Amino acid sequence: MEATKVLDAKGLACPMPIVKTKKGMNEINSGDVLEVHATDKGAKNDLTAWAKSGGHEILENTEEDGVLKFWIKKA
Amino acid sequence: MSKTITTKKLAKKVINHEETLILDVRNTDEFDNWKIEGEKVEVINEPYFNLLDGIDPIADKLQKDQEIIVVCAKGGSSEMIADFIEEAGYTNVYSLEGGMKAWSEHLEPVKIGDLSDGGSLYQFVRLGKGCLSYFIVSNGEAAIVDANRMIDIYEDFSKEQGAQIKHVIDTHLHADHISGGRKLAEKVEGEYYLPPKDATEVTFDYTPLEDGKDIIVGNTSVQVQPVYSPGHTIGSTSFIVDDTYLLTGDILFVKSIGRPDLAGLVEDWVGDLRNTLYSRYKELSEDLMVLPAHYSFAEELGKGGKVSARLGDLYGRNSGLQVEDENEFRKMVTENLPPQPNAYEDIRKTNMGKITPDTDKQKEMETGPNRCAVEG
Repeated sequence: MEATKVLDAKGLACPMPIVKTKKGMNEINSGDVLEVHATDKGAKNDLTAWAKSGGHEILENTEEDGVLKFWIKKA
Repeated sequence: MSKTITTKKLAKKVINHEETLILDVRNTDEFDNWKIEGEKVEVINEPYFNLLDGIDPIADKLQKDQEIIVVCAKGGSSEMIADFIEEAGYTNVYSLEGGMKAWSEHLEPVKIGDLSDGGSLYQFVRLGKGCLSYFIVSNGEAAIVDANRMIDIYEDFSKEQGAQIKHVIDTHLHADHISGGRKLAEKVEGEYYLPPKDATEVTFDYTPLEDGKDIIVGNTSVQVQPVYSPGHTIGSTSFIVDDTYLLTGDILFVKSIGRPDLAGLVEDWVGDLRNTLYSRYKELSEDLMVLPAHYSFAEELGKGGKVSARLGDLYGRNSGLQVEDENEFRKMVTENLPPQPNAYEDIRKTNMGKITPDTDKQKEMETGPNRCAVEG
């Protein structure tokens, strides 16, 4: 999937993956896609809830070798 | 930098029924599933990611000089949010060390009473999950009933008491939490007891619990009498301790009764459950003090942390004990079953020794409330 920006939040514990994702989203335009990589297991539920509250859309998410990846389309 | 509070200190506040304000910053799904509860505990939920631009969403719910305890899953987000709140001019803000993960593992020992011959009975209250385990000490020996996974806590406590753990007993094969019984018994070289009917699939050796075969703690002083009381599981066994206390396991709670479905045999076991509650227990002394293996409601936690009630009183007020008619009882139990506990099938397999998840996995399996009760 084509992402405008890739954000590496691997190895970071909660709350940093969300803090960084939020910052990353501020740097892209509406309709652009941010790709986020994280290893904190709690990131999945939190990112989903956070995206929902901001109206952003999680287009896809995967989990491979302990790395969670998300593609988030900015509202 | 904001201050932190330990689970131990928070536990004291909860059991002493002190006014406590908690700001839980986990996402709302997790909060709705499981939170810190207590008679005088007020909890506000606002996910941390809604507070990154400032604490406006909660500002009008908090007072500047009020004690505020911020809680999250592991302690990282709560620390950040506590800092934000402090920077906004609030002076009495704490972050719970280790978050809900640590809260789930905290055990608070509460003395229930003295036994004949100088012994004592303690209830270990796991506030985060509502699990209750028991420590019976007499003449330098100890027996532990329904031990949790955090076995160091029992070992340390028995050292403080100058006692050696001789007997480790599970009232039944647990489905809501991982038993520490077998590991603890191995470590202290004590005996591990299980009801044989719950142990048909276990992969290890154990001593069978048998009705009428008493366990003696501290030579001749304190008797622990097994009473076969099926219904939550087919093997469920209760104990009369020192002719005074009735350890009911997951059969009878203070406000509710056990659920018969966690091993998938609700239709078969509901009859056993009824028989245990409406005839077996009725033959026992009404003055026995009931000490269950769980509690589900904040109001069951008495002042000082005790969860107990007189057996005769429960026949008057426990909603699960007021349904004499067999069909109605069946209906009440089968139609009121709450959602099943998190990962209960894997928890049962772990307790049978069939699978051995690592510690992190075990912690994850145990998250959430216990849900072993049916409310009438």
